[in-house]
Amino acid sequence: MADAALSTAPRAARGGTLALRLRQNAGLLGAIGLFVLFYGVYNLYHPRGFSQQVLIQNANEVFTIALVAMAQTVPVILGGLDLSVGAVMTLVNCLASHLVAGGPGEIGLGILACLAAGTAFGFLNGCVVVYGRIQPIIATLATGAIAIGLALFLRPKPGGKLDADLSWAMTNSLGDFAETYGLFGDGSGGGQAPWFQPIAGIPVPLVLLVLVAVGVWMPFRRTLTGRTVYAVGSAEGAAFMSGLPIARAKLAAFTMAGFFAGVGGLFLAIQTSTGNADIPQAGAYTLNSIAAVVIGGTSLLGGTGGAVASVIGALVLRAISFNFRIFDIPPLMQPLVEGLVLLAAVSLGALRALRTRNRLELFR
Amino acid sequence: MIQTDSRAPFLTLTGISKRYGGVRALDGVTFACGRGSIHAVLGENGAGKSTLIKIVSGVVQPDEGVMRLDGREVAFPNPAAANRAGVVCVFQELSLMPDLTVADNILAADPPRRFGLIDGRAQRRRAEELLASIGCADVDPRLRVRDLPLSRRQMVEIAKALAKKPRLLILDEATSALTAADVERVYAMLRRLKADGVAILYISHRMHEIDALADTLSVFRNGRHIETFAKGARSPDRIVELMIGREITAQYPPKPRRSRPKPRLEVRDLSWGERLRGLSFSVGSGEIVGLGGLDGQGQKEVLLALFGVLKGVGGTVTVDGRPHRPGSPAEAKDGGLALIPEDRKTEGLMLPMSIADNLVAASLKPLSKGFVIDRAKERAAVADAVRRLQIKIGNADDAVSTLSGGNQQKVVIAKWLMTGPGLILLNDPTRGIDVGTKQEIYRLLRDLADGGAAILFYSTDYDELIGCCDRVSVMYDGRIVRELEGDAITERAIVASALNMGNRVPHHG
Repeated sequence: MADAALSTAPRAARGGTLALRLRQNAGLLGAIGLFVLFYGVYNLYHPRGFSQQVLIQNANEVFTIALVAMAQTVPVILGGLDLSVGAVMTLVNCLASHLVAGGPGEIGLGILACLAAGTAFGFLNGCVVVYGRIQPIIATLATGAIAIGLALFLRPKPGGKLDADLSWAMTNSLGDFAETYGLFGDGSGGGQAPWFQPIAGIPVPLVLLVLVAVGVWMPFRRTLTGRTVYAVGSAEGAAFMSGLPIARAKLAAFTMAGFFAGVGGLFLAIQTSTGNADIPQAGAYTLNSIAAVVIGGTSLLGGTGGAVASVIGALVLRAISFNFRIFDIPPLMQPLVEGLVLLAAVSLGALRALRTRNRLELFR
Repeated sequence: MIQTDSRAPFLTLTGISKRYGGVRALDGVTFACGRGSIHAVLGENGAGKSTLIKIVSGVVQPDEGVMRLDGREVAFPNPAAANRAGVVCVFQELSLMPDLTVADNILAADPPRRFGLIDGRAQRRRAEELLASIGCADVDPRLRVRDLPLSRRQMVEIAKALAKKPRLLILDEATSALTAADVERVYAMLRRLKADGVAILYISHRMHEIDALADTLSVFRNGRHIETFAKGARSPDRIVELMIGREITAQYPPKPRRSRPKPRLEVRDLSWGERLRGLSFSVGSGEIVGLGGLDGQGQKEVLLALFGVLKGVGGTVTVDGRPHRPGSPAEAKDGGLALIPEDRKTEGLMLPMSIADNLVAASLKPLSKGFVIDRAKERAAVADAVRRLQIKIGNADDAVSTLSGGNQQKVVIAKWLMTGPGLILLNDPTRGIDVGTKQEIYRLLRDLADGGAAILFYSTDYDELIGCCDRVSVMYDGRIVRELEGDAITERAIVASALNMGNRVPHHG
């Protein structure tokens, strides 16, 4: 009797998947809108707007903060904050300035060692949170200071040297990358193959960003562990009652954060070709990562959002500062404007309070 | 499935006990439940039903006793372990994660996977099938649970339990939030499971549901298993008697004999969503009016609505003849109301703050000169409150968390008495408190009423309602089903109206 209704009712009652997705990701859509607005204006008023050069430069400027924002996202979805992401990024940056040089084999191992270091640090963060039963925000405040300490030990003064070919290849277009390493050639030189030409102009950092998001984050999100991260942030008690692996999810979330922060630090080293244990910079990256997460529509209460949304959030943050360059906004004004934009973006999330019918629930 | 003797019970408990602090929640319970049976568990609030199912489903562990499943001894360290053994519970408090989709929730613990990754499409199909099997094909599995109404969430919860392929299914008040049509669908599903040999433990306060579904009934009282019998073997009156028992508890101050006073609080057609469905009642100066009934029939919402916590409340409320529409607890307080909240640890007290700070927390305005709190006045007020309620403290600057439960509750009450309220709302104020303090609170309430205050008193303890209240309004499903006055306030009358007996029609809108 009830089954008869099944065949017709659901399809009729349901909107299209697209419409539903759009509704469920209103915050992200707002962030994309902001990005299109700010970046469009920037390119319109830039003397060489909408050119490959500008795009490559911007991609380089965006990559590290985008990765640190992805790193921050995972603990935030869990319902915590990771104050060590900027510090881990800095630590890996300093480590890379020692290890990523020499022959191809050494460079390869150095890169792996850097990524492993970031991941391991994240895992340790997870252990402190899970087995030490310490709140993430304070645990990572402490471990972040440790990471900065290690970074200072590795690089008391800015310096080091990374492989120059690698730096050039990673911070320019795909065409330059292929040319440097003699890939996709047609006999006359790297990067000349006809099929390769349409994509040769894409900046390498953008490709890397997409690879990390599609190759690491998206699969993770679809594992049972990844889903448990969302479940814990949404309602930890319910996650427990549902028999989900809570400890594993927490460990995984901080480990992912360490990995993403490590990728960011490695790229920063490649981009700047130095290691620099810059404490204010580490702090700024951490705070900007939180801003990027929120602008992307991820709730600081946990349970919703995603790392790709935070990348958009990071893009918005950067696009705002690009405009400062074009419109000659005095540096002293920039934090004020940035703050106002951030406030406007997060206000959208506060609309929830208007819908709650039991005021006590606002405090839960 | 291995074939075993189908008449041997599937679940047996032997000598199971559980203590919470000084309270014995379960006391040497021996209990059995068979395959292909719908076994109803009855008992008053606090009879031990919840603890029983928490133990069986692995949420808490028993202090002593043995649990056997299918003849084998088992111990469940967590709900996941119980699920693996085929014991699945549909909890009263939802176990859903609001930010995840319906499909994610239904198949949370064991989603269909391909290459280790969750297969979203297969998961959605499976969720659709499960929802359809309980007649909920109208729920879109892609929606977030947060966006579903409560009744649909409950159905998702049931689908989630079915996804785990239960051999023992426990339903704890699982139908309390459902619409009448859904209840019928759940019945049909339960009968199918019963035919398939699933053991079903059914906890419900609704006698007509038990009448319609169960084949076996067990009565619990004060943490003990009193009796198990086949349906129809005992009359409804006898069942109520078994649930109540005969136990003497606290002493109550005498009630004054007089005609009903002029109403101080008048409520007409109070409504709030589906939880309050048009209540009218009044409380007079000098009167203690009780709100009775089973847990979760809207009593708490009545108090919260009057205290300005709920938004979108319908109906009219007047206090001393003036309209009363508080937009917040602060406004309610200014209108002369006080609410002793349900959970003193989160809503009543700021635990790490001092006793003195907690006592004056609601009265800072009258204790201040301009913007500054007058320390001398504050000290005097604190000393006065401690004396008046005989709160046993070492130093008023100690953290309030250092006090015993009873003294903590006295601090909450003293905090509100300091505001000089004319209308006092109490939400189960004696829960988890020793008998001595209880009696002091009863005495205090009567003194306050004699001093002219109007008191609205919700309690889960019927004995308390009988002993303290001049009148008792019994609630069921967001309505007042009966008002008892004077000698008519008996345990039998309260329990009978609380179960809404004699009203066999499902009471849903």
